[in-house]
Amino acid sequence: MTGFAYTILIPLIPLVMFLVTGLLGMKWKPIVSGILGTIGMGTSFVLSLITAGKYFFGSHLAEGFQTIIPMEISWLRFTETLIIKMGILLDPISVMMLVVITTVSFMVHLYSLGYMKGETGFARFYAFLSLFTFSMLGLVIATNIFQMYIFWELVGVSSFLLIGFYYQKPSAVAASKKAFIVTRFADLGFLIGILILSFVTGTFDFAQLTQPGTTIFGSAASMSFLGISALTWAMTLIFIGGAGKSAMFPLHIWLPDAMEGPTPVSALIHAATMVVAGVFLVARMFPVIHFQAPATQEIIGYVGGFTSLFAAVIAITQYDIKRVLAFSTLSQLGYMMLALGVSGYGGEDGLGYMASMFHLFTHAMFKALLFLGAGSIIHAVHSNNMSDMGGLRKYMPITHATFLIACLTIAGVPFLSGFFSKDEILAAALHHNKLLFAVEFIVAGLTAFYMFRLYFCVFWGKDRHYHHTPHESPLVMTIPLMFLAVASVFAGYLPFAELVTSDKIAFESQMDFAVAIPSVLIGLFGIAMAWLLYKKESALPEKLALKWGVLYTATFNKFYFDEIYLFVTRKIIFNYISRPIAWFDRHIIDGFMVGIGTTTEKVSYRIKGMQSGQLQQYAFMFVAGTLALTLSMLYFLM
Amino acid sequence: MIEGIGIEHFLVVSTLMFFTGICGFIIRRNLITMLMSIELILNSVNINFLVFNRYLYPDQMQGHFFSLFIVGIAAAEASVAIALIINIYRSLQNIDVENVNEMKY
Repeated sequence: MTGFAYTILIPLIPLVMFLVTGLLGMKWKPIVSGILGTIGMGTSFVLSLITAGKYFFGSHLAEGFQTIIPMEISWLRFTETLIIKMGILLDPISVMMLVVITTVSFMVHLYSLGYMKGETGFARFYAFLSLFTFSMLGLVIATNIFQMYIFWELVGVSSFLLIGFYYQKPSAVAASKKAFIVTRFADLGFLIGILILSFVTGTFDFAQLTQPGTTIFGSAASMSFLGISALTWAMTLIFIGGAGKSAMFPLHIWLPDAMEGPTPVSALIHAATMVVAGVFLVARMFPVIHFQAPATQEIIGYVGGFTSLFAAVIAITQYDIKRVLAFSTLSQLGYMMLALGVSGYGGEDGLGYMASMFHLFTHAMFKALLFLGAGSIIHAVHSNNMSDMGGLRKYMPITHATFLIACLTIAGVPFLSGFFSKDEILAAALHHNKLLFAVEFIVAGLTAFYMFRLYFCVFWGKDRHYHHTPHESPLVMTIPLMFLAVASVFAGYLPFAELVTSDKIAFESQMDFAVAIPSVLIGLFGIAMAWLLYKKESALPEKLALKWGVLYTATFNKFYFDEIYLFVTRKIIFNYISRPIAWFDRHIIDGFMVGIGTTTEKVSYRIKGMQSGQLQQYAFMFVAGTLALTLSMLYFLM
Repeated sequence: MIEGIGIEHFLVVSTLMFFTGICGFIIRRNLITMLMSIELILNSVNINFLVFNRYLYPDQMQGHFFSLFIVGIAAAEASVAIALIINIYRSLQNIDVENVNEMKY
């Protein structure tokens, strides 16, 4: 099928915008860069919508959606068999991701026109946003795992640049380094996984790897290492890469700190798009993982489940509005991973896969909305701390309304999008793994509780002492809020079961009332608890905190994971590994090189006395040398 | 071919001139004298050219022309050297070669 060649423009426009605003941004007024970037992103957004419309509704085939590769070039040709290609791959999940990324990115571009107004480095901000969007789009349309890896790293770099946007602030610099190092560390696993996978299968192409009934794994089954098959190793290592990007436990530590970046960046990168790259990766490799490495799939399910519970518990005790949202993101990403972990392949069995993608979609909308709402609040009160906020509903009606919608959506209140996607995940979990279902069920309640704790603390309660009366944000910021609110409400009505499925064939998905009703009830219970504790200010929450004592402190300090990592790196790795290596480098390697230099210098100091400047000495040396040579030649020749 | 005079006589004369020149160049301190020593060296070479040309290839002229070139170049070289010596005299007020060591190291 042809007619999709124009999709190359979707990532190229942001790339051009990055180059233009990055190179010329200094030359003109900052706002020009902003407007240019926004217009470019808007174009990509429209193109993505057209692509999605054409792809999903243009040619509905009975045997499901095709995988279309409208464009592919050989980028690096190392040998006849090792060729790195670059191209565009369109299948249901990549088209869906195109829509998600361009929608959120466009909204964030628009929103930032208001939010970042007057900041130094406005043009730089837009350049980085464009770079990020380009990389993320390149990632999702990758035709092969190597292309994905390249863009994967580009995404990491742009995330690093944007977290460290306020580079004068030491905490932002530390956070950007932390994010980069942790994800880079995980990417090492990803790279090794790619190498193993391509070694055993001889291909990088997704189209070949994920083809049902493919034979390329035939020879791989016999290979094993430490009693575990090579493919399980490869998939687990690739999952580690995904876990790093998606901030799964125990690589989650960078995400809360990444909130040092500007809020729109958090909305775009650390809520809606980049962090779901890991989920997307697992979904992309899903047939391989499911059929060739079932053990890895188990790991994915349990890691996802544990992360979602762990993060939800921490979110309850946090006071920084963005950190609450960050932990909530972790928790929701855990949901998506878990859904992939419990999914089967094909038809009804693939419910988890569909639910994961569905939740990814709805979550992108409502979490971006939450972050942008939080940005609007921070913009008004100039603080991240929840204890500096209260009673804001009177001052910021639009932010209040949209934030409430987002909270209701994430809490899973019926007929909003979060309800549908979460229900599918719970249903999938129930059919495959009762333990994970129980975990998710609890997390659903916790989610509702901490979101409404946030909501009540910020919008209800008493007024605080503000620097100036909080005011509603300008229209350029509230329009994205309203758009995303509408998307959050109605995204649930998209027929995902017919569009995005594990084997690309539509299936009927029904509402499972046995799951839906209890999950709604526990959500409402969570909301009610939050209402009781935080609607009016009371001493009750503090009393409870005191009563829980150690547990509360541990949760408040995020179970000391940062401290554990610091201990391991500072005390153990730095002292016992880095120091000796540094000593070796400084004294042996450097010493050798410095030795060569100093020896040369000393020798030349000695012999430079021969350069006396006396012409006749030189002449004498010359004549003597010539004579000596002549005599020796005579002697040897005769 | 000059009657009664063998090639060795010429070569002895030119060798003596050559080493006189070398010796003068190395041991005299005055730049002008050194320049004259160089002229001696060049002329000894000229004699060699002419003699070898005469005795080995009497019907050819390369040796003659070469010595003419050397005379020309020696003239040019002498003019440049004297110009340099005048400049040295202007800045140092003498022309002893030992004093011309500003550029060492």
